[in-house]
Amino acid sequence: MTTSEKYVTAAYCVVFGIVLLYVVLIAFKLQRLERDVDELEEKKNGG
Amino acid sequence: MRRISLPVLAVASLVLVTTALALVFFVVPDDADQGFSQRIFYFHVSIAFTSYLCFGAGAWKALLHLWRRDPRADLESYVAVHQGVIFGALVLLTGSIWAKISWGHWWVWSEDQLVLFLVLFLFYAAYFMLRFSVDPGPQRANLSAVYALFGVVLVPVSFLAIRLSHRLIHPEVFTRHGPNFGGWILAAYLVSQVAVIVLAYTLYRVELAGKRLDVRIRELRTA
Repeated sequence: MTTSEKYVTAAYCVVFGIVLLYVVLIAFKLQRLERDVDELEEKKNGG
Repeated sequence: MRRISLPVLAVASLVLVTTALALVFFVVPDDADQGFSQRIFYFHVSIAFTSYLCFGAGAWKALLHLWRRDPRADLESYVAVHQGVIFGALVLLTGSIWAKISWGHWWVWSEDQLVLFLVLFLFYAAYFMLRFSVDPGPQRANLSAVYALFGVVLVPVSFLAIRLSHRLIHPEVFTRHGPNFGGWILAAYLVSQVAVIVLAYTLYRVELAGKRLDVRIRELRTA
């Protein structure tokens, strides 16, 4: 692999990595929201 | 106007990004001047324009909030600015990598285009400090909207900086007579640009849906 190829690969990996990290963080947030909805549902059914 | 559904947007993003990458790595010829490293251009420039678009959208929604008191506009403005900052960080990172291979330096402080983009990025990064230093409510929404509107002035300054600069280390790819390239390079750039815009819009919609759900849950809890 030439130096140019290494840098280009690094640049595209940075883009892919940050977008992936963002999607993972959003997925965690949606999981938390799902738990919150379940909790509210339980409260509604219990009360 | 009927909104495009999220699964359709997600599939469109995947198809477009894959097509753009295939064009960039398997179809486009090596640049005569920069060789293989010029391939960073396709996503770097596309991401830069997308971040400008996100900041512009954030300012537009901020204006709608201040003008019509649209209750959804504040959250939409916030999410657009958030996307702009994420894409702005990507511009700085990919630009730095490209600068290292092309100019031999990670950063060149004497380049107006680079420094002005950094100023724009830092200005909008500070938006979150302002927003989260104020309690949720109309005051926070108004302050955030005014700040987002002020920041958008930096977008044309950042875009035009390269034309105002006399150093010209940073290449000028769009002139008054159109782009400085054609053929497969132009085709790959256009596909990359559309792909990044669709990806950004998909992420915007996903984040906005999450934020709206979060707000509704908080309201139900306090009710």
